[in-house]
Amino acid sequence: MSEMKIVSGNFAAAYGAKLSRVEVVAAYPITPQTEVVEKIAELVAEGEMDSEYIKVESEHSAMAACIAASNAGARAYTASSAHGLALMHELLIWASGARLPVVMTNINRAMGPPWSVWADHHDTLAQKGTGQLQFFCESNQEVLDSVIMAYKICEDEDIMLPAMVVEDAFILSHTKEPVEIYDQELVDEFLPSYDPDYKLDVDQPLGFGSLGMPDWYMDFRYKIAEAFEKAPDKIMEVNKEFEEVFGRDPGGLIEEYKTDGVDVLIVTMGSISSTSKDVIDELREEGHNVGLARLRTFRPFPVEEFRKLTKGVNVVGVMDRSYTFGHGGDAAREIKDALYGHRDVILKDYIVGLGGRDLTPKILKNVMLDAISLQDKGLDREIEWVDLRINQERWRR
Amino acid sequence: MAKVPEMELMNKGTTACPGCGAAHAMRYMLKALGKKTMINIPACCWAVIPGVYPSRNLEIPLLYTAFETTGASSSGVRAALNAKGVDPREITVVGFAGDGGTADIGIQALSGCLERGTDTIQVMYDNEAYMNTGIQRSGETPYGAWTTTTPVGSQKAWKRNPKKNMMEVVNAHGIPYAATVSIGHPELMIEKIQKAKEIPGPKFIHIYAPCPTGWRSDPSNTIELCKLAVDSCVFPLYEIEDGKYKIYKKPKDKIPVKDYLKLQGRFRHLPEEEVERIQENVDKEWELLLKKEEFTNE
Ligand SMILES: Cc1ncc(C[n+]2csc(CCOP(=O)(O)OP(=O)(O)O)c2C)c(N)n1
Ligand code: SF4
Ligand SMILES: [Mg+2]
Repeated sequence: MSEMKIVSGNFAAAYGAKLSRVEVVAAYPITPQTEVVEKIAELVAEGEMDSEYIKVESEHSAMAACIAASNAGARAYTASSAHGLALMHELLIWASGARLPVVMTNINRAMGPPWSVWADHHDTLAQKGTGQLQFFCESNQEVLDSVIMAYKICEDEDIMLPAMVVEDAFILSHTKEPVEIYDQELVDEFLPSYDPDYKLDVDQPLGFGSLGMPDWYMDFRYKIAEAFEKAPDKIMEVNKEFEEVFGRDPGGLIEEYKTDGVDVLIVTMGSISSTSKDVIDELREEGHNVGLARLRTFRPFPVEEFRKLTKGVNVVGVMDRSYTFGHGGDAAREIKDALYGHRDVILKDYIVGLGGRDLTPKILKNVMLDAISLQDKGLDREIEWVDLRINQERWRR
Repeated sequence: MAKVPEMELMNKGTTACPGCGAAHAMRYMLKALGKKTMINIPACCWAVIPGVYPSRNLEIPLLYTAFETTGASSSGVRAALNAKGVDPREITVVGFAGDGGTADIGIQALSGCLERGTDTIQVMYDNEAYMNTGIQRSGETPYGAWTTTTPVGSQKAWKRNPKKNMMEVVNAHGIPYAATVSIGHPELMIEKIQKAKEIPGPKFIHIYAPCPTGWRSDPSNTIELCKLAVDSCVFPLYEIEDGKYKIYKKPKDKIPVKDYLKLQGRFRHLPEEEVERIQENVDKEWELLLKKEEFTNE
């Protein structure tokens, strides 16, 4: 029987791995991911989880070991954060190049210096080009759901790519929420065991990852691009199936909150979305025609969906908990890309909450009111940093 | 002494240079281990030697991995096999890396792999430099050698640091078995690798593998160089089993190091006193090894 438990985002990730019957785990501790590593160690030590647990000496080795295990035909899992994820970079690209469905949980944390352990999406988004699918979660339940879903999506023969399920440091990772821990049989029904067509096999010896000359390399890359093109439909298909089996919609590509016929569309990612929804309710009560799109799947980026969503919209206000230097907030930039040539709309990028800076309902409301005000006054600036020490007065009033 | 098995798991048509010691190293190792072997290979000459996609000259499953990951990759493959219930004595998981991939950039992953007790054979084929990228120094390049990053020049900038002793590094991990082997002594090499295969836990094999291209030696001298290295005690053949040292091939008459050096262009620039210095160091290391053997067998 399924069971409700009050667990942190980190435990939800660990239970997600357990329910997915992960065969090999390789992970290295880092705040705020550490509990995932510890919880899985405990589950394995208690015989509750039947996995080989490789206690690697670094994140680089964690991903290398997962890649190797996956190549040998095992379902592999890891988890990390920030500096650990950055250290994995080379192998994140390797995993997609090798077409291996390794799933990891990344607990979004700011990169140093200055050292910071708090929520920030830059670590994940700095890896947006590595060929990983990226799912941003809003709740602990969604973390658990997304791990299970990610295997189903990634192991599909049309996809065969790695994925990152991401959750915000502390806000989810260390905050307890009620989470439904599904019945194992139900999960088994949804997610069959991993059985790849090609793997290391002494009876059928193959070479994996050999030197690809220029007359081959490009075509391999194209195959990956093709898989990314197929991924949005696959994600929605699996999302639907998940809903049928578990009675819960994890959010697909974009979760829409009161977006029908809105004039102003607010875009958020991750944990600020739930507070933002309350603020949307408040603003609507005050008579503003505003709705929210929670960008759940950052990779593949839901280009078509944004085009549809912005039909008839006057202003798009994007809150980015990341900033790529010389470029801007990642979500805003990608949405602009998607809308180019399709929509003539005001789009403003709000840089918010970097390094765990608190995002109160008041601040979120002021951001949204600013976006609403652009309908009359037009775009004042493309990017605005919110609640800096030099402009706090404006955003906190 | 073990016989060299007839069976070939390495086919013709490698891209190795003529006289490549590393090519022999793989061939003999596979003869020793047989078909039920899975190999992890990082960036190194051996990432190219098997041929380019879609060709491959090895008859065993092969997993290429990033330069610094051989130890971790080996742990991953072994863990997957464990998860599938495949006994380590049934399928041997090998990490086969160059000296750079083992002793320099890959030393962390190797250390982790050994420390956590992965049942695997970690092999360092040692051609004493980064050959795949064109002969740059490594931690295994011996004192005195020319490489493209120790180019001698007017400042006598040959390699000024000693060769890293990987046998001691791995032994410090308390692993059950480590051995040096040479392609100049194939029967002994096969014997030691077969021995390693049967021992549970992490094993380390250091294969001496001359590189005519990088050593500026005649390709026809590869095997001769192997023998001279052993006879001059530059590369002693010994094993460490549960901490006990055993020199399994002692030279009958120790020959001078200069006989070994003079067949290699990479040492050509060395003045007489530097050759003497190398000789002194080899003597010192040899004496020390003899003492270790004596001491650990008391
Ligand atoms: C992270 C990383 N750094 C550098 C390289 C470039 N590289 C490839 S092979 C190699 C040298 C390999 O030397 P060694 O391990 O001794 O093997 P050999 O080529 O001598 O057989 C280097 C520096 C790489 N592939 N990856
Ligand atoms: S460079 Fe040296 S090690 Fe590499 S293939 Fe040629 S001879 Fe062999
Ligand atoms: Mg080398």
